[in-house]
Amino acid sequence: MDLTKLAALGLSVGIFCFVVWLVRERRLREKYALLWLCTSVFVILLTVSRRILEVAALSVGIYYPPSLLFLVGVLFLLLVAIGHSVTLSRLSESNHNLAQEVALLRKQVEDLKEERKERQ
Amino acid sequence: MRILAIIPAYNEARNITAVIEDLKSFRGDILVVNDGSTDDTAAIAKSLGAKVVSHPFNLGIGGTVQTGLRYAYEHGYDMAIQFDGDGQHRGDQVFKIIELVEKGEADLVIGSRTLPGGYKMGITRFIGSRIFHCLIRCLAGKAIEDPTSGFRCYGRKTIRLFSRFYTDDYPEVESIITAARNGLRVVEVPVLMRGRLSGHSSITRRKSAYYMLKVTLAMVVDAMRGRDLVGES
Repeated sequence: MDLTKLAALGLSVGIFCFVVWLVRERRLREKYALLWLCTSVFVILLTVSRRILEVAALSVGIYYPPSLLFLVGVLFLLLVAIGHSVTLSRLSESNHNLAQEVALLRKQVEDLKEERKERQ
Repeated sequence: MRILAIIPAYNEARNITAVIEDLKSFRGDILVVNDGSTDDTAAIAKSLGAKVVSHPFNLGIGGTVQTGLRYAYEHGYDMAIQFDGDGQHRGDQVFKIIELVEKGEADLVIGSRTLPGGYKMGITRFIGSRIFHCLIRCLAGKAIEDPTSGFRCYGRKTIRLFSRFYTDDYPEVESIITAARNGLRVVEVPVLMRGRLSGHSSITRRKSAYYMLKVTLAMVVDAMRGRDLVGES
């Protein structure tokens, strides 16, 4: 095993462990962890065997295997980013609704308190 | 008819007193929606006898007006007017925007500065306003001369619709489309306004490019929506 391969393997295993650690610390939800765990397993596989990438690239007619890796990588990250934008939009929508709800409820509580004070 | 004046306010401590005083002759309730101000806006408004609803943090003008409309809807008001907290709108003009809604002849009335009897606006705003004018005419088949005006009167149906669908930033133009697409009657009447008392427009030159793009996108996408996604019709 050459040094490059060893470094690459170390890095991808490191990412895998980092994701597991994040879940353990409850800093990452399982839902998202699954995505990143699968990704890092995939990266580990690619590091271990160069054959996978070569076979895949040739079978779709790409003669320089790393190009396939870049293509797939960029597309994948793009999709993940769009997915996150969607999630973000949904979250800001519910955040917005909650803020309004809180404001209206607080007003209602104040009104009720005042009403009670007047009755006493 | 019960009517509510919604005053969206963000750090308007310097103007809010004059604005509420200006509505002295207004026959309905006054609701100040405090959009997470860091100054005394809420306290001052309360001391002047206005109802005050405060957001826990800043939501932007759209969310602020919508909170007011939700309040109006939940408390069964028949009409609501939007009256800006910066002193641009005039209390003695309110009767003009209320009239048609009260008679049941309109669901959304916009107080317009550009119709005969209105007043001049800056050049940037004028150009933007013309572009929106054309977009609204193409997409909703309505000729609105001053689509960015925030001096408005909402009828019961409009209150209900907007308490569900209203965007956060730069909502004025989009809301006209939403209303028109839901078959509500949008009418424009000429009003007088004054220059602002203090502070400056929230829309700077730099932001206005984003404003144009965002609103145009929203309107074009809205045109692609089926009836079921537009509102409740």
